[in-house]
Amino acid sequence: MKLEEHAAKSVVLRPAGAPIGNARLCASPEEVAEAIRAVGPAVVKAQVPSGKRGKAGGIKVADTPEEGAEVAKTILGMTIGGDVVARVLVEEKAAIAREFYAAVLIDVANRSPLVLFSTEGGMDIEEVALDRPDAIRRHVVDVLEGFGEPEARAMLRGLDLGSAEAGVVDMLARLYRIFRERDAELVEINPLAELKDGRVVALDCKFVGDDASRDLQPEIAAAATPDKQTELERRGAEAGLKFIQLDGNVGVLANGAGLTMTTMDVINHAGGRPANFLEIGGEAYTKAEVALDLVLSNPGVKSLVVNFCGAFARTDVMAEGVVKAWETLKPDVPVFFSIHGTGEDEAVALVRDRLGLEPYDLMEDAVKAAVEAAQ
Amino acid sequence: MIYRSGQKVLVQGITGKQGTFWSQKMMEMGTSVVAGVNPKRAGETHLGVPVFASAVEATKQIPCDLSVIFVPPMLARDAIVDAIDAGVGCVVVLTEHIPAQHVLEIHARAKRAGCRIVGPNTAGIVTPGEGFVGIMPGHNQNIFKPGHIGVISRSGSLGTLICLNLTRAGLGQSAFLGIGGDPMIGTTTRDALEALDRDERTHAIAMIGEIGGTMEEEAAEYARTMKKPIASFIAGRSSPPDKKMGHAGAIVTGGRGGYASKREALEQAGVRVVDTPHEIALALQGVYA
Repeated sequence: MKLEEHAAKSVVLRPAGAPIGNARLCASPEEVAEAIRAVGPAVVKAQVPSGKRGKAGGIKVADTPEEGAEVAKTILGMTIGGDVVARVLVEEKAAIAREFYAAVLIDVANRSPLVLFSTEGGMDIEEVALDRPDAIRRHVVDVLEGFGEPEARAMLRGLDLGSAEAGVVDMLARLYRIFRERDAELVEINPLAELKDGRVVALDCKFVGDDASRDLQPEIAAAATPDKQTELERRGAEAGLKFIQLDGNVGVLANGAGLTMTTMDVINHAGGRPANFLEIGGEAYTKAEVALDLVLSNPGVKSLVVNFCGAFARTDVMAEGVVKAWETLKPDVPVFFSIHGTGEDEAVALVRDRLGLEPYDLMEDAVKAAVEAAQ
Repeated sequence: MIYRSGQKVLVQGITGKQGTFWSQKMMEMGTSVVAGVNPKRAGETHLGVPVFASAVEATKQIPCDLSVIFVPPMLARDAIVDAIDAGVGCVVVLTEHIPAQHVLEIHARAKRAGCRIVGPNTAGIVTPGEGFVGIMPGHNQNIFKPGHIGVISRSGSLGTLICLNLTRAGLGQSAFLGIGGDPMIGTTTRDALEALDRDERTHAIAMIGEIGGTMEEEAAEYARTMKKPIASFIAGRSSPPDKKMGHAGAIVTGGRGGYASKREALEQAGVRVVDTPHEIALALQGVYA
């Protein structure tokens, strides 16, 4: 679950008491002009889930309502990272003294929360990280101990923050509370600005929430940017299946994410291109019928690989679903099976008796046949 | 982490549909399932073993070496903490989609208590000829056969396919270690590699990785020091990279985690990296030829 800047600020930062700028969300040049009349000179920022908005030209300064309307005309409708800009955030122009970087995220390798801080915030933070890793302070948190102001102060020791120190300490402690209480994978402030009047303010915010915590965080789930989906992907999601439409011509139906990715890899290795990713692992193995319907509805599909290796998933149940769907849809694309593992004998018998097909012993051979058939 | 016959297993969530089905399969293969947990069914007997209100209650009566978690995501943290408090040495967590903040707490508690977590989102562990813990077809002798190849896999389905290929190639397995498909797992590829390196029965290793995270790169650092031959397949070469974590993700991983980085790290460590699953068996057959 990703929040755009405006949602991250209003749903996450503001309720946590983190200082943010005065801003309005606008959808037209007229609204932008009106907002600038209210807040004064402002920064007009495209609202899209992807980063690098500044480099894409999606962030511009406007000092007057007229300028705001002009700037809005160029930004609204622009495509950034595949998203069309439908709304801009108009935020009062801040008198920035320094730009910092702050983030709290899950450090997968350490299985711990990680707090990051740098005095060199701004658009080039990734280059800073690569060229001068020492310019970024890292604090791995013991989640049972937590991270508050004393830990933040210790982490910042030796940095010349001057009068900004108290504000930074306060912000880091708040970000950590947000991270824990709002089930974040990442909460990132870049830039975290020290203003000329001494205040420390979050000028941007990126928030990634944990999909597994959707039910625990209904407010975030409601505010999250919907995933970009094709019609088929939306149908898949409705059926509880993770389906990703690709531009290849060999359809893939396999169980488990690992085996599905592998089937796609082997298709590529054999010189073909997969038409989809489709995960029917875990309990979803009972949904083979609707899954096959999805795969076959993809207009690019010229042949199909069905690759089952049952561990938890029962191949007989999956084969039953596939055979049923096949008999209903009567597709005219060739299909190539490889079936092993739990329920194998019954599954192979089903495919043989009802579809008159002989499963391949090696998945590599089934894939090769499917790639050839698609050409 | 390698199951040995006689090790006593507690099943948390034993009375559910999957808990019941797989406990039966484990018992059929000879795994010593000695007790179960369901707070609402304490005092009953299920599949011939006593059911307790908690892992702590269970281990007061019956000491257990491992616990396996068949508990839904929102209840999994409490169940695992219960197992850790009960002093069980190893907890095999099958549950998928446990909230990440809960997973952070689970790992922190396990670390303090010196408890090994396998998973979350693992299909389990199998020692052919001895027993299995989890949701693997460990009892299927067409797939698992005793032998000398140690298999490490994040995925249950792909791991099963690898073991099947090995068995058909005449190569039995010393152990299958399913370490789990979640990003934050308690037993890493490197931990599993170290365990198989120490295991006398293991002569060679099949290491099945996946793109994402840096576990394969970390395992490569250890592989460099090993004498046992290793063949590896890394799934996800043709999958698009996950860009979700943006700047912070790039800062933390520093460009590692993709297919090329993993393959290069492993090959530099002397690991034979192959392009399709079947080539794992062929590569390891070559070791014995």
